[in-house]
Amino acid sequence: MQPSRNRLVSEWQKLFGNPIRAFGVVSLLLVIVLAIAPAKNYFSESRHYQKQYLALIHVRSDANTLQRHFHPDIQQIWLPEVGAVDRCTTCHQGLKEASLADVTTQPFRRHPVIPHSAEQFGCVLCHRGQGAATTVAEAHNSALAREEPVLPARYMQSSCGQCHHTALVGTPQLNTGRTMLARNGCVHCHTARLPDGSTMTATDNPPSLIHVADKTTRDWIYAWLKDPLAYAVSATMPNFNLSDEDARDISAFLISNSTPAAGDAAPVVAASSKTPSDPVAGPSLYGESFCSSCHAIQNAAGNVVGGDIGPELTHIGNKVKPEWLQVWLGNPRIYDSNTPMPHYRFTSQQIALLGGFLQAKSDSSLLANVHLEAATAGQIAHGKTLVTDYGCASCHEIRGVKKPDNFGPELSRIGSKQLAELVFLPGMTHTLPDYIAGKIRQPRAFGSGLKMPQYTFTPTQIGALTTALLSYTDRSHNLPAALALPSLPTSNYRPAGNPGRLMEELACQSCHRINGRGGDMAPDLTMEGSSVQRAWLNDFLKNPNTLRPSLIRRMPRFNLTDGERAELTDYMMTAYQSPTIDRDSMPLSGYSAPLVEQGKQLFYSKYACQSCHIIDSNVDKGYIGPTLTQVGSRLNAAWIYAWMKNPQALRSDTVQPNFNMSDEDARALTAFLMSLRGTTRLEAKR
Amino acid sequence: MSTNLSASALIFFAIATAGCARKPATIVSLHPTAYGSALVETSGGKQMGATGTMLAQPLVAQVNDDQGAGVAGALVEFHGPFGISFEPSAALTDASGQATTNVTLGGMAARYQLTATTRCKAQKEVALNVVEVALGYQQELGYQLGETYCARCHNPESSAERVSNYDNLQVKPHTFTDGTTLNKMTDAELTSIIDHGGVALNKSALMPPYGYTLDKSQTQALVAYLRLVSDPPYQAPGMVYAQK
Repeated sequence: MQPSRNRLVSEWQKLFGNPIRAFGVVSLLLVIVLAIAPAKNYFSESRHYQKQYLALIHVRSDANTLQRHFHPDIQQIWLPEVGAVDRCTTCHQGLKEASLADVTTQPFRRHPVIPHSAEQFGCVLCHRGQGAATTVAEAHNSALAREEPVLPARYMQSSCGQCHHTALVGTPQLNTGRTMLARNGCVHCHTARLPDGSTMTATDNPPSLIHVADKTTRDWIYAWLKDPLAYAVSATMPNFNLSDEDARDISAFLISNSTPAAGDAAPVVAASSKTPSDPVAGPSLYGESFCSSCHAIQNAAGNVVGGDIGPELTHIGNKVKPEWLQVWLGNPRIYDSNTPMPHYRFTSQQIALLGGFLQAKSDSSLLANVHLEAATAGQIAHGKTLVTDYGCASCHEIRGVKKPDNFGPELSRIGSKQLAELVFLPGMTHTLPDYIAGKIRQPRAFGSGLKMPQYTFTPTQIGALTTALLSYTDRSHNLPAALALPSLPTSNYRPAGNPGRLMEELACQSCHRINGRGGDMAPDLTMEGSSVQRAWLNDFLKNPNTLRPSLIRRMPRFNLTDGERAELTDYMMTAYQSPTIDRDSMPLSGYSAPLVEQGKQLFYSKYACQSCHIIDSNVDKGYIGPTLTQVGSRLNAAWIYAWMKNPQALRSDTVQPNFNMSDEDARALTAFLMSLRGTTRLEAKR
Repeated sequence: MSTNLSASALIFFAIATAGCARKPATIVSLHPTAYGSALVETSGGKQMGATGTMLAQPLVAQVNDDQGAGVAGALVEFHGPFGISFEPSAALTDASGQATTNVTLGGMAARYQLTATTRCKAQKEVALNVVEVALGYQQELGYQLGETYCARCHNPESSAERVSNYDNLQVKPHTFTDGTTLNKMTDAELTSIIDHGGVALNKSALMPPYGYTLDKSQTQALVAYLRLVSDPPYQAPGMVYAQK
């Protein structure tokens, strides 16, 4: 102890014994302490990258310009209203340099062209990460406390979705993901409250199971529950990986719990199951009725052909009972008052024909291995427990089982979920996007007793869903008023009165959008009354012939009575009018011959309308727009004139370009088009 | 300090350029049991996808012997420029002689040339080159607009959902990939045709003007998309100058 103490004392004496020496030593220490900060700055990562950047631009032909744009030291974009302090441009010096397009190494790449500027939005608003950090690891990778790492490029479109709630043209991945959240029924179990305060609603239509025993057998339910894809390759119901016993008990409960529907007991046509399927008339009625606009059938090559509004019909004969199918084809609203399927008004012969055709669509092997014994009371009770446990009533209406609230975790802010709250699988990358994608890919892998079923999404679909979910962040809910954008317009428009009931029956809005509500398969009818002539509309409802040669999805014929057609026509002509177009402001006929001739010249030469439209079917071939051979007896002159002046103002999604046409040209073209009343078609026949 | 720095720089490059924080692919040594003499593309080339995303279809290459029949058990390795990743990066061919990999595009909007290689019996390398296109925001916007407004006439391929109007036109439009013609036109000329129609450059009047329908950024997006997909590839004049 003593020797070391002596040594300390002697060292102290050596350094500080003499006042001059002590002064020197203290000065030296002071210099070292003062040098720490400049040294840290000098050896900082950002200076290292800035030196590299200078070396990079030094050899380029526009070195002087680039040098002038270069800023040494720490750079910062401060946006108090967004809460962004972004120092990313300290290292990312070349973001705005168009001439660096060929540079591939980071951090010197040019930023790709986007509609926003960094001065206005900063960096972390879209890229996430820690804007205030000035080291690579802290800025990009930190997941400490509430810090977020940088968002991988593949999910970049989710950032657009934080502010933009309507579909953007440039973000297909985000749009697909959002559509899927509604279309694949995710939001039946998971609540997703949107920043505007509304709640996302599902757009699929899971069938009610109140009267399910009328429609199908217990054997089919069992087989379906075991593997929905075995019945239909396009099935949207996920696989719950049920054991044989559980599927047996659930099917027992559903059948025993079902009550007969009011009209199902009395079939429209008796004993139809014996109707032989007609090999020619059946398929042709299916085709004529344009069933395939909504329903798909898998063909011999394995391709699923047809629409996806209704269920796939490849093996429909295995599923439905013949007597139920008769009633359904007669009037689907007897069984399900909310179905998107129209009431076709088939004759009993047609019902038998179509029923026979559909009943023959079956696969004998599908239910061959299903042998269920009569259900016991215990099995039925267990089935009810399982139905409650798995949350079946989140999607399906089931008698005696209440729809559970918030069955799955809420998704409203899932894009800001903390990593500390998540349980990762061994070997998985610890990031939020990887967690979400992994959970969608294999929901049950994350633990035992999990209830989320197995979906069969492609990697692209999983990417789209993950992108959509990542857009629901804390930030999207707390945007400053200056950045808030209009929310998704919603409409629950339903036509009123007797004609409204008729339109509900024909399910017009399954395909047509009217006043913001309805499908997008067929034209928007919001302004149909201003657009078309009364006589044409009446004829069209009698026998809808397609206006566009290349369409495969078409309007079916509904066998309406004269009275029904008159009622519908009157209603549409009165209720569906444009606020800006007075259809009586221009005459339907009586245009002078020179004006018509002038319009014809303009049509064929100046505006070359024949590239998309057919006027004379011998000469013109254009496939894109509607055929105009009889447009003079279809459209109103005032509508044509307004359309010529600005088509997008009448239908925002039309592909016809705005020609910025003069009033004079528009008037001449209107005169010419109104003169086309089908004469060329007659000539062609001759 | 410097090792720390270079380590973090490495991590940074891995993240920022591959576009995605992913664990490095585990390298499993594969031993070929057979050798072919030719490598051909089965499917998956010339695809487009957003930057940083996995392509919708996998890349499938087939190893053939001298008779053109598939060889099972041959080793195919996949290589790509910086930013591209493969899952897996090497594979043995299956019974039909095919090796399959999923391609994730890089973070830059560009044409990526990928190479698949295999060795023949003499250990000589046989290579197959495939081009994939990564669309940035601007090009993606251009693609979407092109599908809406242009493809009905400019793409001769028909599908059940979209029948092409190409055959109905007296003067045939150029496809968007027709680099031999389009590369000769400047950005200003292309913009002018889109904005004012074919007549603007004494070309067909069947091409209507879109300048009152699309805004400036949309027209620029269309041009950016055209430039990226053109074949042979488009070389911006400024870049040639810079390289010299």
